[in-house]
Amino acid sequence: MIHAAFLVFLLPLAGAAVLALGGRRLGDPLAGWVGTAGVAGAFVAACVTTGGLLSRAAPARSFDQTLFTWIPVGGLNVKAALLVDPLSMTMALFVTGVSTLIHLYSIGYMRGDEDYPKFFLYLNLFVASMVILVMGDNLLFTFVGWEGVGVCSYWLIAFWFGRPSAASAGKKAFLYNRLADVGFLLAIFLVFERTGTLQYHGIFAHLGAIGPSSRTAICLLLFAAAAGKSAQLPLFPWLADAMEGPTPVSALIHAATMVTAGVYLMCRINPILHTSHPAQLVVASVGAATAFVAATIGCAQDDIKKVLAYSTVSQLGYMFLAVGTGAYEAAIFLMVAHAFFKAELFLGAGSVIHGLDDEQDLKRMGNLRRWMPLTFGTFVFGWLAIAGIPPLAGFWAKGDVLDNAWARFPVLWVVGLVTAALTAYYMSRLSALAFWGDDRWREVLARPAGATGSGGHPGHDAHPHEAPWVMGVPLVVLALLSFVGGALLLPWRPGAPLHWLAPVFGGRLYDAHLSGTTQWVLGVVDAAVAVLGVAVALPLWSRRPVHDRLEPEALKRAWFLDDVYDAVIGRPSQAAARFAATVVDVQVIDGAVNGVGRLARGAGSGLRRVQTGFVRQYALGIVVGAVALLAFMASRVW
Amino acid sequence: MTALLAATAHVVLPKIAYHSILPVLVLLGGAAALLGVSALVRRPLDTSAVTAVTVLTALGSLSTALVQWADVRNHGPHVAIDGAIVQDGFSALIGVLVSCAVLLAALVGDSWMRREEVRGPEFQVLMLISAAGAVVMGEANDLVVVFLGLEILSIALYVLAAFDARRQQSGEAGLKYFILGSFSSAVFVYGIALTYGATGTTNLPQIADYLARNVLLHEGLLLAGIALLLVGFAFKVAAVPFHLWTPDVYQGAPTPVTGFMAAVAKAGGFAAFLRVFVSSFGLMRNDWQPAVWVVAALTLLLGAVVALVQRDVKRMLAYSSINHAGFVLIGLQAGTAKGVEGALYYLFTYTFMVIGSFAVITVVGGRGDGLHDLERYRGLARRSPWLAISFTVLLLGQAGIPFTTGFLAKLEVVSGAVSGGSTVLAVVAMVSAAIAAFFYLRVVFLMYSSGAPVVELSAAGAGPGGEVRSLSLPAGVSPSVAVEGGPAGAGGGVGTAVAEDEDEEIATIPPTATAVAISLCVGVTVIFGLWPAPLTGFAHLAQLLIH
Repeated sequence: MIHAAFLVFLLPLAGAAVLALGGRRLGDPLAGWVGTAGVAGAFVAACVTTGGLLSRAAPARSFDQTLFTWIPVGGLNVKAALLVDPLSMTMALFVTGVSTLIHLYSIGYMRGDEDYPKFFLYLNLFVASMVILVMGDNLLFTFVGWEGVGVCSYWLIAFWFGRPSAASAGKKAFLYNRLADVGFLLAIFLVFERTGTLQYHGIFAHLGAIGPSSRTAICLLLFAAAAGKSAQLPLFPWLADAMEGPTPVSALIHAATMVTAGVYLMCRINPILHTSHPAQLVVASVGAATAFVAATIGCAQDDIKKVLAYSTVSQLGYMFLAVGTGAYEAAIFLMVAHAFFKAELFLGAGSVIHGLDDEQDLKRMGNLRRWMPLTFGTFVFGWLAIAGIPPLAGFWAKGDVLDNAWARFPVLWVVGLVTAALTAYYMSRLSALAFWGDDRWREVLARPAGATGSGGHPGHDAHPHEAPWVMGVPLVVLALLSFVGGALLLPWRPGAPLHWLAPVFGGRLYDAHLSGTTQWVLGVVDAAVAVLGVAVALPLWSRRPVHDRLEPEALKRAWFLDDVYDAVIGRPSQAAARFAATVVDVQVIDGAVNGVGRLARGAGSGLRRVQTGFVRQYALGIVVGAVALLAFMASRVW
Repeated sequence: MTALLAATAHVVLPKIAYHSILPVLVLLGGAAALLGVSALVRRPLDTSAVTAVTVLTALGSLSTALVQWADVRNHGPHVAIDGAIVQDGFSALIGVLVSCAVLLAALVGDSWMRREEVRGPEFQVLMLISAAGAVVMGEANDLVVVFLGLEILSIALYVLAAFDARRQQSGEAGLKYFILGSFSSAVFVYGIALTYGATGTTNLPQIADYLARNVLLHEGLLLAGIALLLVGFAFKVAAVPFHLWTPDVYQGAPTPVTGFMAAVAKAGGFAAFLRVFVSSFGLMRNDWQPAVWVVAALTLLLGAVVALVQRDVKRMLAYSSINHAGFVLIGLQAGTAKGVEGALYYLFTYTFMVIGSFAVITVVGGRGDGLHDLERYRGLARRSPWLAISFTVLLLGQAGIPFTTGFLAKLEVVSGAVSGGSTVLAVVAMVSAAIAAFFYLRVVFLMYSSGAPVVELSAAGAGPGGEVRSLSLPAGVSPSVAVEGGPAGAGGGVGTAVAEDEDEEIATIPPTATAVAISLCVGVTVIFGLWPAPLTGFAHLAQLLIH
């Protein structure tokens, strides 16, 4: 049963291989079904493996599954191996599960795209990389998945690379991630230098060999990597631009793969993180700050996908807040719940965009609940869940995070609570603008038909249309999951499913010893704050789509972060590059290279004259060589 | 008469353990079968039948070599046939390597024979015999057996080099190789004689044993013997300054033969070289190490530098193979188990890269096997993307780019040199690798650049012309060849220009057999570059009986 673990990443890889070789021949939609089958198979394999794991006693639920020895060089012996334990299987389960739904949805969404098979090829590779990331048995194998996820995200965000904005968004995502990866690499070097191994179990067994400052350094370096991948301050701008990719990609990146990788990594290294209080404080503070900043930005965005993007950043901030407080279970709980409702929201948004002929501006939507009942009906669950309305999944997950923050870092709890209110507010604003109010979309749908006259939509048919069933099924499933996802870890149930993670975190799990009353009070406060946010935003924004004072320029432009980066990093480095290209390269480097080249060529031209073609001279060469050798040997004797 | 009988009565024939020379027997058996059948049937044998038999023979010797490997792993190394033959991981690895080389070269040769309309089994038969010689050199445990293997290997190669009767360079190459090869063989035998004179034996372990037990008062005789053996081996593996034959012979020989020669002759030569110097003369290493140091450094630098100025790709790769020999010499120079391991790994990976590269050159060379100018490669990626990407991989492998076997090979020998204390030599090696990268990358660049090849061709005419002139023999040696040298060279040049248009499509689509061979070479280079564990493990376990 445990051996099925390999299939979890091999099946999507196989799917990718099939699509790479025969994708064009399979065509549309068969290629999509093949890709979906690969990921669905992985989900089944993950279920089987989990079943195998569950059949053992709780302390014995951790296995190394070696595929082959990858790099045996000197003291470094890296195996391509999987670590099968509750944490990796939880991740694998929800990664493959949510991905399967997104694949299914993409079959309909991407229909008619000329690179249809390529899209599924990338998607499958993406899932395979993510599975390698979460199931890797050592830092280096995890890093392989980490980089695979990075490169797949680049391909997918820039999937419509014909659009300059998409191409540059892909580059931006890649650059931010690469920058962060430096932290990962340095951490790998440091860990290897201190412990001589990269395997997680080995590292944790040799914790004594790592000094306190090194532990903090390792944690912070890995957190830097995590901050890049999981879009935390100050590295989050790429995630908003990543919306340039097709909507299923956004859903995949935001819900199941990629951004959760950072949270997973921090949970995975919990034995190290636990011993470094400064690192924990940094992680928690950055998380809380990111949650707040991103929520404020989300309040002023007009692009439906950008709002969702910033909400993801904000929710990830919550997860890091939980990780920083040592509440790893809460972090994973929020991650899973978030995967459900964020995938729901994205796919719902995709359905809206699809129905409105690729319109993403919220100000051009409105009153869609009349026209797209299924989308609206399912979207409501995602919206209320992320807003934290009981009894949906988001309420329980966020409540768990906030309870722990309250017990450990009360200041951060306040930040989290304010953010919760903001979350409810901006998500309600989004829903109000999209599903309530006037039919502002009419001009959108009228425009293309009238302007181009190509006759895609005749005038009488110009109303939003509901998506095909392959897009509808995932919406319904995810809505359901958003509703009941809270059952994974209800506070009063000691046997909640997510408690099976306990062996991984063990005594390091921060246990908020809150009395029943406190828990009740905190829960009521959470719910009140959420209801407040909804109650303020819904009437406000459904009545009128424009409130200039509530959408200041600073928030619209994401606290001018991009401009700051451009001024501080972009322009100086461009100037440095120009200097290097025109002065250093041309004069110094080329000069040296050409000089060496001229020397070598000169030597070569000279030496080739020895090659006369005359056998007698060649023989002479042998004789000269032999005599020289004999002379040398003679010199050894005398 | 009675005295003779009495004398012969004392000759005790050693027990011949046939299983210990099974790969050799298989190779020779395949050759004998081909020859026998071709003598019995009236019409010339079908090329595909000949190739099939050769491939089967190669697979047979490959499997027997692997059986020997398993035997050595299970029962440990041992000697056989009265100490003349040794069975250890090293010899088994050489057997595997040579079998692979035969397999690949037979596939490339098949396509070449069809294109050039060469009939009959002789080409493949000679290849099998030559390979048998290389395997013998790998398992020789006696200087006389080493010499035996050397001659079996070389004589077949002399003929192979001259095999393309229609190109005068081919005959010239064979003749040059033969004359100089005989010369170096003579030197080698003299080295054996001197060694025997100094130690009283030609058996390799016994030499080591003798040197360990006795302190030589006059070691001059032995040192002279070592020096002359060094000359013989250095000639065979094309080390500077005994390399002068290499460019002419590599360029003149039919291209599939060049690939085979570059792989197998080097493998055989280095196998015996390593065994003799590391096992037998291990105690004398303070005497030979400086000499090998200088030879290695010269070989590395000269191979890389002179390749820079070549316009003929075949000749350029000849110099690059000299550069590779330098790298293997580094492993030898270290004189340690790690050095031997590195040298073996290098040889193994080099075999695939070099046969694959020459296979590509065979295809691009076109009918007549004469179009090897650099300009011929301009825009190859457009005409034949598959061929271009394969060649790119093989060249990058030879340049030692990471994620190919070539990178690890260079890393292994250089780290062996550093751990053996020859840091300066390691630096020289890396410098030469940097120089060499230039001419490898130039070919890659040309393949992926477009341009007007016709205009460039006329400008390039001067390059090959110069090389052809340098190839011609002096009148005293071969008058007819020298007279024809000029016109033939000019004819080749004209042929290039004329054939360009019609050959374009045909020449750059590799025939199936060659495509299979190239794919195998590329596959090995990339797969074991990404996943080095099996091959490095193989080389690590393939140790000499004595070191």
